Amino acid sequence: MNVFYFIIQQTMYFAIPLLIVALGGMYSERSGIVNIALEGIMVIGAFAGIFFINMAQAGRIANLHGNTLLLAAIFVAGVAGGLFSLLHAFAAVNMKADQTISGTALNMFAPAFVIFSARTFQRVQQIPFNDEFHINNVPVLSKIPCLGHMFFENCYITTYIGILIFIFAAFIIQYTRFGLRLRSCGEHPGAADSVGVNIYIIRYLGVIISGILAGIGGLVFVVPTSTNFNASVAGYGFLALAVLIFGQWRSRNIFFAAFFFGIMKTLASAYSIIPVIKNLSVPNEVYKMIPYIATLIVLAFSSGNSQAPKAEGIPYDQGDR
Amino acid sequence: MKRALKNKGAKKKSIFENENTVNFISSVMAVICGLLFGFIILFISSPSQAYGGFSMIIQGGFADGISGIGRMLYIAAPIIMTGLSVGFAFKTGLFNIGASGQFTAGAFAAVFVGVKCNFLPSGMHCIAALFAAMAAGALWGSVPGLLKAFFNVNEVISSIMMNYIGMYGVNMLIRRYVYDRIKNQSMPVKSAANLSKAGLDKIFPGSNINVGILIAAVSVIAVHIILHKTVFGYELKACGKNKDASRYAGINEKKNIVLSMVIAGMLSGLGGALLYLSDSGKYMQVLDIIAPEGFLGISVALLGLSEPLGIFLSGLFIGHITVGGSNMQLFDFAPEAIDMIIAAIVYCGALSLLFKEIINRFYKRSLKKTKTKQEDKEKL
Repeated sequence: MNVFYFIIQQTMYFAIPLLIVALGGMYSERSGIVNIALEGIMVIGAFAGIFFINMAQAGRIANLHGNTLLLAAIFVAGVAGGLFSLLHAFAAVNMKADQTISGTALNMFAPAFVIFSARTFQRVQQIPFNDEFHINNVPVLSKIPCLGHMFFENCYITTYIGILIFIFAAFIIQYTRFGLRLRSCGEHPGAADSVGVNIYIIRYLGVIISGILAGIGGLVFVVPTSTNFNASVAGYGFLALAVLIFGQWRSRNIFFAAFFFGIMKTLASAYSIIPVIKNLSVPNEVYKMIPYIATLIVLAFSSGNSQAPKAEGIPYDQGDR
Repeated sequence: MKRALKNKGAKKKSIFENENTVNFISSVMAVICGLLFGFIILFISSPSQAYGGFSMIIQGGFADGISGIGRMLYIAAPIIMTGLSVGFAFKTGLFNIGASGQFTAGAFAAVFVGVKCNFLPSGMHCIAALFAAMAAGALWGSVPGLLKAFFNVNEVISSIMMNYIGMYGVNMLIRRYVYDRIKNQSMPVKSAANLSKAGLDKIFPGSNINVGILIAAVSVIAVHIILHKTVFGYELKACGKNKDASRYAGINEKKNIVLSMVIAGMLSGLGGALLYLSDSGKYMQVLDIIAPEGFLGISVALLGLSEPLGIFLSGLFIGHITVGGSNMQLFDFAPEAIDMIIAAIVYCGALSLLFKEIINRFYKRSLKKTKTKQEDKEKL
């Protein structure tokens, strides 16, 4: 049973960042902007957040400790991600650039920038930090039988933040005026424009929200799984893109897709602990490949009636209306 | 018909009306902006060293004489191949972000044949490895092509997935078949499988140069001929320009999409072989990192405007500043500054609309001036 709890706890570490970033991608793509820059934005967000934690722990800025420090770092990561995503928004919305190319440029820029800055500031590439955020037991809640072991032991505050983000994000896009406008910009911007929605502003907001969430996601990925940041989020941005498509751009499906991918990642990284799987003697690379292969298969079967936003990737030009 | 149109166009055409010239100018402007950005970054991080470091980037391969040029050519060969791959797919309207996966698949096939197939006669060994690499790359490229043609799957997403499947798959295969446990990398290939130096190391002493750059040059010419001198190339370009119109004209666009991705994959796979069959101490590492050569290929293709000859030049340019980047470490700068510059160039390339508008405005203004002058003369 302990193994089972362990798997659930590990899955949280992997699934929550995927969930947050994929939700970010949802906001951008449903406003009509393809955002393959998620990976790069995650790197920037993680860099800003971890650098902030590193400085604070060295006592150079902000006298914060424990989970207050983590919350502040999450804020920093979100701001950094949002600012970085402005570059993509500017290219995609104002300059009507090819969104894939601009996203690729951002993806290439981010790790190079991070390594360069880290080496300029502190001469080494890795940015270390002390993991003072780990929660052994949540008081009271961890006493709940079964569920307490699964969700309230060996956890991080980021797990609950991720769930909160999911609830907010799902609610806003589905039930608010802003959400409706955002979705209409992705489906038929001409129609939305004709009733007075400012496409450019909405698309800017979509990209910025995706930047904020991807920045947070980057930090949330690094904190539980590592003790230093080495200019990489291990392809999670692209995996989040796969989650987004696997979830067909709908928040509830994204939730399930994120947990499916999270479990696969956990099996790949912790397969030696799980007796049943260890006996199967399947190389762990197979588990790493499964999410991507599954996405390809789902794409092959769902692209006939794909739920993708109709105007996705097409720059909006008011003159074409 | 085609000729008639051409003649009509050729009658009275300023250089600013020619689309290619405008594209070329905006590409050059992107490079200038990227380099300017790089200089600003260097200046911010260390003002006193910035000038020296930047001049290293500009001098690039020429800073350390003939061996530097050799290094530049050696670095350029694989990225010219991935650049060709991306550019070729671009011409068919496909964004081949999967060059990395195809590159890795090709590299593994080449290394596998290079290590295992000892029974081949020494002359054939290298050629067999090259063909294996092309086949593996083609296989990897064909998947997004088939999915695009028959299931209408966006090729960008499917190629990204194929990148990761390729990376993990190749790691698994390396571990199983050609693994050097101690160094955590692939075994060295047999010397007969390495590309011949063909005397180039005599011309460029002190560098790892080999016939790879010649293979890249031949590929450039071959792709140029396919694209511009054959019916097949014409069909591919027609599909890229307008899929529906070309279907109406009787072109089998599904076949062309698949073939275009297969050829793109072959080119990338060959690039992988060129990098790892070079006897330069480079081995395939078992790391969870996507091959950066594929992404560099995207930059090369964009900068070269997807034209084979342009890709050759931009590949050399990227090789040039990469050598400059490693020289720049003398001035205490991290070589990653080069990646930032390349990214900035690609980003500026994406903003080509801005540049084109500037050029157009500039041109129209000068046109207006000459027109008013002419009108004034006529009035007189």
